[in-house]
Amino acid sequence: MAGSVESARRSSPEIGVLALQGAFREHAHMLARLGVATREVRLQEDLEGLDGLIIPGGESTTMGRLMAEFDLVEALRAFARRRPVLGTCAGLIIMASRTTQGRQPLLGLLDITVRRNAFGSQVHSFEADVELDLGPRTERQTFPGVFIRAPWVEEWGPGVRVIARCGERVVGVEQGALLGVAFHPELTQDMRIHEHFLRLVSAARR
Amino acid sequence: MERQIGTLRVKTGLAEMLKGGVIMDVTTAEQARIAEEAGACAVMALERVPADIRKEGGVARMADPEKILEIKEAVSIPVMAKARIGHFVEAQILQALEVDYIDESEVLTPADELHHINKWEFTVPFVCGAVNLGEALRRINEGAAMIRTKGEAGTGNVVEAVRHMRTIMSEIRALTAMDEDELYRAAKELQAPYDLVAWVAEHGRLPVVNFSAGGIATPADAALMMQLGADGIFVGSGIFKSADPAKRAKAIVEATTHFRDPEILARVSRGLGEAMPGLEIGAIAQEGLLQHRGW
Repeated sequence: MAGSVESARRSSPEIGVLALQGAFREHAHMLARLGVATREVRLQEDLEGLDGLIIPGGESTTMGRLMAEFDLVEALRAFARRRPVLGTCAGLIIMASRTTQGRQPLLGLLDITVRRNAFGSQVHSFEADVELDLGPRTERQTFPGVFIRAPWVEEWGPGVRVIARCGERVVGVEQGALLGVAFHPELTQDMRIHEHFLRLVSAARR
Repeated sequence: MERQIGTLRVKTGLAEMLKGGVIMDVTTAEQARIAEEAGACAVMALERVPADIRKEGGVARMADPEKILEIKEAVSIPVMAKARIGHFVEAQILQALEVDYIDESEVLTPADELHHINKWEFTVPFVCGAVNLGEALRRINEGAAMIRTKGEAGTGNVVEAVRHMRTIMSEIRALTAMDEDELYRAAKELQAPYDLVAWVAEHGRLPVVNFSAGGIATPADAALMMQLGADGIFVGSGIFKSADPAKRAKAIVEATTHFRDPEILARVSRGLGEAMPGLEIGAIAQEGLLQHRGW
């Protein structure tokens, strides 16, 4: 693709944020604070030349139906084979291969089964510390978890590494350059998840 | 592990997640399923849609809990429900039913003509209507975690929704140009707390998400409100009072996502059948206007 040749020549990466519905602006603000250029993605052609993609929080059924309607499913799958993707909350669900209930369009990027609204309805939405393990070269750390009608990861395949837990529950995973968390780093001031994602993006561009 | 529930961040956070989406009024589980299938980001459970409330008159109250539970059972997306202005016990009941958001709504008959619900007392978040910036900030001061411009519900006429959105946006822009001395005066004139007025002046936006409601009946109406600065759309009577609700609902969802793309708007607007019957605002007596409820 001509776009990817072009992007390899650019000195700094450009990250797409899927903007079908949900909190896409918050991710763009976070990336702007990190000095990274962003582009809103609503159609296939918006993916051209991007170095990575964020699938934001929102309603996973809404995003799933819009993805199917506007022919984004295969395009996003192809993109994720070449470039890093970060999903938060609904984004994690969209990236999953299976949910415990119901049928809805999923991308099947991560070999995981998620339980939607696992913690209950909005009155049970909460903030709590998450234990974060971003890899062998980083220390274990805590992260301010914001959980809004959040899912958790019920099962994960052998290629999947658990990177975040809240109590007993698995709330973050990594599989190659694909990253998914059940909480909302974009609603906090803490940029460590986004920084970690940008490291994956840099590695993929080399 | 210590969990904190009902924080301002999780209350306003759910509204952030609804952005760019369409929240649809539904009166039955079947309608809720149609709305979810069409891509609604949430549904609003109520007894009668605004057009019927307007037509039939009488006192409009919170929906039957039985009906709300049926709707909750039918869908996986958030379920909101309406309480009467000032009726904090209806709100307590809705919280006990674990609805995801409460709309303290002028569409229902007010229960208190001086006081709104003290929304800080609740774990469940609230959305409230506003026709101008002062009203929006008074509701936020009482604990609202989301605002919607009121428009004029049940009319299928977008003119009031436009008026209210333009008013709020223009009042926000005016604040951003003021110095501190002027902000004190502005707070007095807006009848809103100085701290919130100063916050809006500094950031150039409301501290919470602001949707548009009241009169949206077509995909073009939804895109118009988005281009005027709405964060998302409420559709009340516009869907289930139209000829083909499923098709229209889907088209309004798509128009809300692609609100700046006229080619997509043209495509999704085709062949939707009859929209809901519209009402001229001038034909409604002053006391029949729902937007004047709320203080």
